Order: sequence, then structure tokens, then C-alpha cells
Amino acid sequence: MSAAIQCRDLRKTYDGKVEAVRGLNLEVLTGECFGLLGPNGAGKTTTIEILEGLLAPTSGEVSILGHSWRDDEREMREWLGISLQETRLSEKLTVRETIELFASFYREPRSSDEVLEQLQLTEKADSWVGKLSGGQRQRLAVATALVCNPKILFLDEPTTGLDPQSRRQLWDIIRAFQRDGGTVMLTTHYMDEAERLCDRLAIVDHGQVIAEGSPADLIERLGGHHVVEFAVSGTSADGKSDGAALQAWKGLPSVESVREDDGMVALNVKQPHLTIPALLDAIHQQGTQLQHLTTRQASLEDVFVRLTGRHLRED
Amino acid sequence: MSVAQETPVTTKQTPPSPPRRNGRWAGYTHLLAARMLELKREPEVVFWVFVFPLLLALGLGIAFRNKPADATRVAVVSGDDAQHVVSLLQSSPGHTAIHAVIVDVAAAKNGLRLGKYDLIIEPPRDGQVVYDFDPARPESVLSRDEVDQALQSALGRKDVIVAHSAASSEPGSRYIDFLIPGLLGMNLMNSGMWGIGFALVDMRQRKLLKRFVGTPMRRGDFLLAIMTSRLLLMVIEIGLLLVFGVIFFHMRVLGSVFSIALLGGLGSLTFGGVGLLTASRAQKIESISGLINLVMMPMWIFSGVFFSYERFPAAIHPLIKALPLTALNDALRASILEGTPLLQQWPRLLILGLCGGISFVLALKWFRWT
Repeated sequence: MSAAIQCRDLRKTYDGKVEAVRGLNLEVLTGECFGLLGPNGAGKTTTIEILEGLLAPTSGEVSILGHSWRDDEREMREWLGISLQETRLSEKLTVRETIELFASFYREPRSSDEVLEQLQLTEKADSWVGKLSGGQRQRLAVATALVCNPKILFLDEPTTGLDPQSRRQLWDIIRAFQRDGGTVMLTTHYMDEAERLCDRLAIVDHGQVIAEGSPADLIERLGGHHVVEFAVSGTSADGKSDGAALQAWKGLPSVESVREDDGMVALNVKQPHLTIPALLDAIHQQGTQLQHLTTRQASLEDVFVRLTGRHLRED
Repeated sequence: MSVAQETPVTTKQTPPSPPRRNGRWAGYTHLLAARMLELKREPEVVFWVFVFPLLLALGLGIAFRNKPADATRVAVVSGDDAQHVVSLLQSSPGHTAIHAVIVDVAAAKNGLRLGKYDLIIEPPRDGQVVYDFDPARPESVLSRDEVDQALQSALGRKDVIVAHSAASSEPGSRYIDFLIPGLLGMNLMNSGMWGIGFALVDMRQRKLLKRFVGTPMRRGDFLLAIMTSRLLLMVIEIGLLLVFGVIFFHMRVLGSVFSIALLGGLGSLTFGGVGLLTASRAQKIESISGLINLVMMPMWIFSGVFFSYERFPAAIHPLIKALPLTALNDALRASILEGTPLLQQWPRLLILGLCGGISFVLALKWFRWT
């Protein structure tokens, strides 16, 4: 497969001070759904807007399907669909008028009816944009991107602030676009969105890619397969230094790493059926009480915490 | 791929919608239509652009309508001859417009200060009267002359020359005639600055401009559509106000409709350009509101909307005349009230053209889409 989006050593410095993006490299293949996952302020929006040609990088190269923004901007706009993080479309136009308006900018747009139907907006076609719900507005934003029959769809935080049902609806639309051969590039700070939607993703923090791969691959490499979380009575009160106490758990079988998380001990574990009996024995020997025990599949959140020591949505 | 295979497929599925091709001006016409629809659906726009100027013209036209000069109010200080003075004033031929009352000194002084009386007459002592008046108030000065005339002629002074007066309040020389072209000019400025400047910054703040430049939309078409919508509104604005003036105040329009429309168009484009320049960088609607007021304030004051700028010191007249609204108001008045041909007004048209043109070029250079 050929590369749909490539960027090399992308840097963006605002006002000569704030470094939003610091040397970012990406390669997105044709037909792929690629996600930029990271906390707020990681530089995701800056990155995607540079790729969309809406923001000039301080330095670095961008290539979209082999074209560069410097040379072919007009042509490239014909086959890119963009949804910005927060566009407030005109409230006093109807849904259909809005789609027609965007369609009129392209040489060969799709029919508005088709797009309305695909995004389940047919019923709302004659309603004013101001009267739409959050989910409907977001679908309309995606509709204005899909009306040009794009080869690549750029979505900046497409489901932020939406209810679960609206999110799922949008995911379906994005998957359908991808099924028809489209390439998707999206940013998100929802790990479940990244996990379910993206073929591959890059975890971005402080303007740099800190890990890249498929969700399963990232979790396996960095998250451990399972996470065992527990709390023991008296661990924080008995005066032992936390660091030393934590490291003691690393000796248990099949444990890959240990960290403290919100007053609980979290173990990244390969085979929980080996770890848990040993853990219970150890607690019994210490003479302390087990307060809490859960075990779950590792997630991208665990990958992020492992890499940065912080949670995705700390703020 | 054979034709035989293709046929059943297309009959089963709904035929794909025929590829649609947009012509060169599709974007422009849709942008213009969208803009006009938005304006139509915004009741505030209809009020401020169309109704408000009419109300303003109506209110001011009624407040300053031509009416006979008020009777002058005179206080005669009470005393032995006070009654005699009052009867002299009443018996004087042709001076029925004097209303005289007898009051004591304190009340007279107080009344003059408050504007209740225009003049105080102290009754004659040793054959002399004293007029007490306020030289800063025109009606007080007038009153002194009028009362003096009445008293003198009542006591037998003869006029040395026979003089006849002809009263003149022809349409064309009244306040409402002065006002309506001024309101036209002001309205063109207001709607140019707000309709373009404010609208653009609003779209920028909503990131709609950024979204638009993410499409192949031609940026020039976008600005052209905004300007065109302005011109269309201008025709309605000017038409409404002029028709209103003609119907309600029997205003006479001497200039041709064509030259007035041309002036209106030039004025709209000029202030459209100024609005565009004002809006070229601002990111927030709060800052654009301030900027628009800053730009418009001097013209509100100096450009002769409500009263003639001749009242300002002559030294600053050249500066006032260089303001685009002054040029527009003067040109509109000359065209509407006097029928002056546009060619004779070229310096005014030049000011408008330069001001709009320079603003437009600078605005395009500095304009921020994101």
C-alpha cells in the first residue's frame, strides 16, 4: 500500500516561544484509519491542521498522496474532506442549504440527498442548523466533509462532547467511509475511540510521537496483557516508603511492571492465573488485609500511563 | 467486462446519481444566496437596516418640522406703568405674537434664567425703558427687537421705507430635506461597517472562514459575494428612505434615480472596503465592535449627518471634507436636493473611490482567514 499522508520532522513554534509540535514523523497508508491519541494540549490539533494545509509548519515536510501544499493546494482541496474541532456553521441556514453550499465549492460533488441519507440527516434536511442537537451538528460537520467525495477524511476530535449513541453513529459512518476505500486521519483523547476505530495510531505527548502501532500491538508491547489492581489495608499508613513497597510486588510471577495508581497498586501482568494466587499468598504472609481486587484487559490508557506517568484525561 | 454482465447490476441497484459538475460561478451564487437567506432570517438585521432609519427620519422630521415661530414671551416687571406697557404691546399693529405678563422682579429674573421668558421689560422711568435679555439666546435677541419695534410703532414711529416680506418654506430647504440624504449616507456607512466588518469577524471567530478555506472555495468569490449582498441591500435601503421622504414629507428629488443609485453603490463599496479593512485582523467580535465604533465616531460627529459641518471652525473644514462620509453626504445632498450632475462632483467621488480602493487593497493584503 502506498502512503496517503507523510510528514517528516514537523515543527511548529508559536510566536517564537511555544513549541506545539517538535519533530513529528508520520506515515499513514492509503485505506487506513489512523489516529493521533494524546491528552489536551499535546499538539494534535496543530499537527492535523498542518497536514490539512491550514497552518504553515515552522519547518518540516508534508506530502498528501504525493502532493505538497506549496505546489498543488487548489487541486488537493478537491479531494480532502475536513472537519475542524469546532466549527459553528451558520445557524440560520438549513441542513440542506449548508450541504449544498459546501458542495458548490467542488468541481464534482456528490448529491446532497445521498449525503443526507448516509449521515441520517434526511429528516432534518429542512431544519435550521441552530435547532440541531450536538450529535446532529457533528454529523452535519462530517457531511460537509463527505460531500466532496474525498479520498482522505480529516477529523479533529469528532466525538468530543457527544453522547454514547451519537458517538457510535459517527463511528459507523467513519467505518463505512473507510470500507469504501477512503483514508481517515483523526485525533482523539478517547482511548476507547482510538482502540475501536483506528487501524494504527500514534500516541502524541508534548508535540512528539512517543509510540506508534496498532492498538493491539501497543497494548501488548507496552500495556501488558492484563492489569491486576488491588489495595491492601495499612499499605499507606504503616510508614514504609511507597517505592520500596511497590517494588516488592514486582517479584510475583508473570508481573511485568508495577505502578501506583490512585491509591491502588496496579500490576501489568502476562498471565493473571499465575500472579493472583501468588499475590494472595503474599498478602496472607504479610498479615495484611486485601481491600480490593480487580483484574481487567490492558487498555491504551495503561499504555499512556506507562509511557508518561500521567492519565490521558488528567485535566 | 461485458455489457451483458453490467445490465442486471444496474437494474437491481438504484442507479448512482449522475455525476454533478459545478460551473465556475457555483460557489459564488451559493455564497450569495446563503448570505441573503441568513440576512432575511435575522429579524434584527431587518430592523436595524430598514426600520430604524425610517423611525429616525420620522422622529426627527416631526421634531424639527417647520412651524410658525413661537410667540415671544415677555415678562413686564410689576409697577405703576406695567399695565400701560402691556396694553401698548397688545394694541401695536401686526404684533400679535407677543405674549406679555406682569410679574415681580424676582419671578421675572428667574423666568428669564429658566427660559420661561425671552425678555424682561422694566417699566419706563423718566421716559426710558430697560430691556433685560440674554444675548446668548437667539430667541431672546429676536424678542428684544420685536418688542422694541412694537412699542415704538405703538407710540407713533413711522417706517421710513415700505417693506414687504415673502415667507419661504419650500420643499428642498427644510430640515427634513437636509436630514434624509444625511441619514442615507449614515445608513450606508453603518451597514457597510457592521454588515461586512462584523459579519466577517463573526465568521472568523466561529472558525467558519477556516472551514471555508479548507475547501477549494475561491477566496475572491467569497468576498465578492459579501460585497454583492451589500449592494443588493443598499438598493432597498435607499429606495425605502427616499420613497418614505417623498410620501410623508413631500420631499422633492431633483437628481436622477440612476445617479443616486450610482452614488449609493459607490458609498456601499467604499464602506464595504473600510469594513473589510477594519475586520482584516480582529479575532473577537468584542474587539471588532470597538474598532468599528472607533472608525465611525469621527464621521458621526463631523460629517454632517444631523447638522451642517459648517458650524465647525473653518480651519478644520478641509479635514472634515476628506472624510468619506462627508463626501458621500455632500454628494447625496447635491444630487438629491439640487440635481447636481455627478461629473461636477468628481472630487467627492474621488475621495470615496480612493478611500474604498486603498482599504480594499490593504484588507486583502492583511486579511486573516484562520
